Amino acid sequence: MQDPLYREIILEHWQHPQNYGIVENSDFDVEEFNPLCGDMIRLTGKIKNGKLTEIAFIGEGCAISKASASLFSEEIKGESLESIKKVKEQDVLNLLEIELTPARTKCALLVYNSFKRAQENYEK
Amino acid sequence: MKQDFPLFKNNPDLVYLDSSATSQKPQVVIDAVSNFYTNSNSNIHRGIYDLSQKATDKFEEVRKKVASFINAKDASEIIFTAGATESLNVVAFGWGRKFLKKGDIVVLSVMEHHANIIPWIQLKKELGIKLFYLPLTKDYRLNYKEIALLPLAKKKRIKLVTLTNASNVLGTVNPLDEIIPYFKKLNPEMKICVDGAQSMPHLPTNVSELDCDFLSFSAHKMLGPSGVGVLYAKKELLESMDPFIFGGGMIKKVTKEEATWADIPEKFEAGTPNIAGVIGFATALDYLQKIGLENIQKHEQELTNYALEQFAKQKKVTLYGPKDSNNRLGVFSFLVDGVHPHDIAEILNRSHIAVRTGHHCTQPLMQTLGVVGTARASIYLYNTKEDINKLMEGIEEVKKTFRM
Repeated sequence: MQDPLYREIILEHWQHPQNYGIVENSDFDVEEFNPLCGDMIRLTGKIKNGKLTEIAFIGEGCAISKASASLFSEEIKGESLESIKKVKEQDVLNLLEIELTPARTKCALLVYNSFKRAQENYEK
Repeated sequence: MKQDFPLFKNNPDLVYLDSSATSQKPQVVIDAVSNFYTNSNSNIHRGIYDLSQKATDKFEEVRKKVASFINAKDASEIIFTAGATESLNVVAFGWGRKFLKKGDIVVLSVMEHHANIIPWIQLKKELGIKLFYLPLTKDYRLNYKEIALLPLAKKKRIKLVTLTNASNVLGTVNPLDEIIPYFKKLNPEMKICVDGAQSMPHLPTNVSELDCDFLSFSAHKMLGPSGVGVLYAKKELLESMDPFIFGGGMIKKVTKEEATWADIPEKFEAGTPNIAGVIGFATALDYLQKIGLENIQKHEQELTNYALEQFAKQKKVTLYGPKDSNNRLGVFSFLVDGVHPHDIAEILNRSHIAVRTGHHCTQPLMQTLGVVGTARASIYLYNTKEDINKLMEGIEEVKKTFRM
């Protein structure tokens, strides 16, 4: 029987996260903290002609935040900044296909919020 | 024991292992608070009428009870605050701000709670004092003799040593009966502040024997209501200190331009205190004394031994804290290899096991240990071997879920 929270997809991305690392000579480089648990994520990436061509994350986080970062980065890599802007919080949560408590929702959205900030900084 | 605590009756499946965060309350404490509001509620130090006089008398009796609980010389040495955090802030901003100067050194330790770090960081910014952090030994004890490495000229600048009696993460109990004389020998003028928030619920504390200058603690960790704390300080210190919170009840005389302060302890108790909470706290102290701190200690040490044995058998689990139960509380911070503490707690929660996770308001300690956080199980008088067994089963479940 599958675990209701730690589903196969979550455990797979937790053990083998996609886009894990640091992009050298990046166009953006942000760090975001979750003060509740002290977790950290660092996002780096490159943008060419309005498109997100490269993205990578490193950090300390739970299985939910790591899987979310892995799935979200896969989802937005190669997309235009304009289309990424339309992504809503709920879309990120949908990627995980699980029900989350409010505390764990923060874990899942850490990557989303840090990308929002990266994009704002980039466009300034 | 659990039958004295209605929360356990109402949550029969709960395995409560978070007493370092806050303790559960026995029925008698809940009744005392409820009874005060039902039959005796009125403000204190204000009214001429009987009800107010009675409430005042009751409130002042608790002050005497607390003084005798820690063997203070005088009830006026007991200040009621909102909690141990406020108590430490009174030390920093009532005493430190007045008596510390640029270049003075405050000694603390890497195992302090943020409540005993951040006020001093603030004073560092404000006054230019220096902070010296005592490190840990390899077996998670306080390496207080490290202070010997400080040059003599600097040792003379130490004005305050502020230490927790017990770590809320490691469970380590610091032997204050050795540490305080060791520091006072360096300089008898130096003041000693003890954070008793973690130790007071478990260990007898005698301020006269310890000869500490300040002691802070919270009622809610020792079976009492939340929102009540205590600051003990020697009388002459309290008299020389500035108040920290200003307003009603702490003055002698006020004109449009000037105010003078009431005598101690009122000088430090501006505004209406948590009267019902203080009265409930007295019942908590009675309850603790009826059972006896020695018996509580004995029970907890047995459980701690048992838990340490069980943790030692666990593979792929790291325990952060001393491996023997001497000078140690039943606080067990641990990690399962590669698994984030939140994920540990999530799995444990499914079996109704309540543990705390994260940095436990001790980020400098987490940095010292080289982790972002831990899962922490902590016990009190009502816990049983069965609770520890369930925790161990829960940890097995964590390993299974994360494919170990």
